[in-house]
Amino acid sequence: MDLARFIAKRLLRLVLTVLLISTIVFFVIRVIPGDPALLIAGIDATPSDIAAIRAKLGTDRPLSAQYFDFLWKVAHLDFGNSMISEEPVTALILQRFPLTLALAVLGMVIGTVIAIPIGILSAVKPWSAWDYVGLVMSQLGMAIPSFWLGIFLLLVFAVKIPIFPLFGAETLASLVLPAFSLGFARAAILLRHTRASMSEELSKEYIIAAKAKGLTDRMIKYKHALKNALLPIITVAGIEFGYMLGGAIIIEQVFSLPGLGRLFLYAIYQRDFPLIQGGVVFIAIVFSLVNFAADVLYSVVNPKIRLE
Amino acid sequence: MQCRNIVKIHRGRGVEGERHGFRAVDNVSIEIERGRIFGLVGESGCGKTTLARAILYLDPPTSGSVLFDGVELGSLKPPMLRKYRKRMQIIFQDPHSALDPRMTVYDSLSEGLINIGVDKARRDKKIRELLDRVGISSTYSRRFPHEFSTGQRQRIVIARALTMDPEFLILDEPVSNLDVSIQAQIINLLMDLKKDLNLTYLFISHDLNLVSYMCDVVAVMFGGRIVEQAPTEALLAHPGHPYTRRLLASIPGGAGRF
Repeated sequence: MDLARFIAKRLLRLVLTVLLISTIVFFVIRVIPGDPALLIAGIDATPSDIAAIRAKLGTDRPLSAQYFDFLWKVAHLDFGNSMISEEPVTALILQRFPLTLALAVLGMVIGTVIAIPIGILSAVKPWSAWDYVGLVMSQLGMAIPSFWLGIFLLLVFAVKIPIFPLFGAETLASLVLPAFSLGFARAAILLRHTRASMSEELSKEYIIAAKAKGLTDRMIKYKHALKNALLPIITVAGIEFGYMLGGAIIIEQVFSLPGLGRLFLYAIYQRDFPLIQGGVVFIAIVFSLVNFAADVLYSVVNPKIRLE
Repeated sequence: MQCRNIVKIHRGRGVEGERHGFRAVDNVSIEIERGRIFGLVGESGCGKTTLARAILYLDPPTSGSVLFDGVELGSLKPPMLRKYRKRMQIIFQDPHSALDPRMTVYDSLSEGLINIGVDKARRDKKIRELLDRVGISSTYSRRFPHEFSTGQRQRIVIARALTMDPEFLILDEPVSNLDVSIQAQIINLLMDLKKDLNLTYLFISHDLNLVSYMCDVVAVMFGGRIVEQAPTEALLAHPGHPYTRRLLASIPGGAGRF
């Protein structure tokens, strides 16, 4: 199969995923109790007031009509207006998204910089000091919740030793602590995958054959083994990045950052249906796009996948 | 090729980090004359592969010495050792993991040649000849390993070993993973190559029948030790060790069926 067809197939899958998630979100929100019209109208409203608000929101129409209308708009990236602020949902999301994205990207960079080198060293020299460092770090990373790490880092590096700002997102420095809290847990998982993948490649017979051919250790480890070991890591990293976008919601709360997380959290408190719907679908689209990119990258570097 | 008192202890660590050793190869001495096929039989886990890797100094023995062409490999510095090692090559049991999945056949074969500084024209010619010799059309040389069958991959692995112009080949169960009909083809190819290129083989197998067909001398390995060693015919006629007798009895129709 050539690359173009592969990409087309994956794109189709992406569209189906987004359609499925949009559908689930639409119905789940309408199944759970709580009428936004009541919430907007307040306690003193008369039944006719409430009916008027319902008509304005469109929630008085049949569910199927609402559903197809919703899908049609999603296809145009139009998620309607917020019920509370009455601003377009897409604009609200796009306004907050850069901060969350920056946080996730920085978290990913920090995670990768920690995980990949230590993972490789651990596999190349098992039971060495590096391996123990990696072991301890990945245990810690998996055991410590990221919000706890965030609070701890704030206490140490913003309160006791004030080198980073306590809150806000004016400078890049204010992103360092949240990105580290986010990246550390992800690094733990990435590190274990890197170590396992690398040590599996190193045990394969082509490595021995390369030694027998007279290649140096360095060439064998970094030219043969590492290239093959990094293949599965691409997929893991793609998924990890998606998780980071979701995990950023909690971290933004800890560090009082005005990103997507806070936007969605308030939307949920206030039963702002269009904003919740738009937010979930938006995250789903971004998650799918990241995985799509990882898949394409994987197939470009792995000749085996494309032919299957 | 001589091995003297090879001992290989696998070191491991338990759950609490305590060290313990396992004698995978225990005081093995063998001598292989130039141009011969030396058979090494034994059940899985008896230390055959460990011995093979120790001989190549890929996984150096814990003690004992390996002499190749009169030179002790343990005394060589890494660059010299690499030079000597090129004269010895190894063919593996599993041709799937023996080829780098991301390298084309051409790249796999040329890598060793580039490393010793062979220019492109001579490299291309040599790769074409070798692929032709092992029965793989050189028009396929730009393909990746997963595009070939198991038998074809084993032929590619053999061609790759031959790029280094070796004198001594270790065949570590080279046909155990293959269908019977393909086994015969590969064995015939190996026998032809030996004759044409004047090679010396250490043939490792758990199949005494196959070993008796191919080899001049057979050593039987059991629990890390060589328990019996004799010219093939003598061993088949008068097996001394109980394990050898059990191996012989396990062959349906007796040895020499091949």
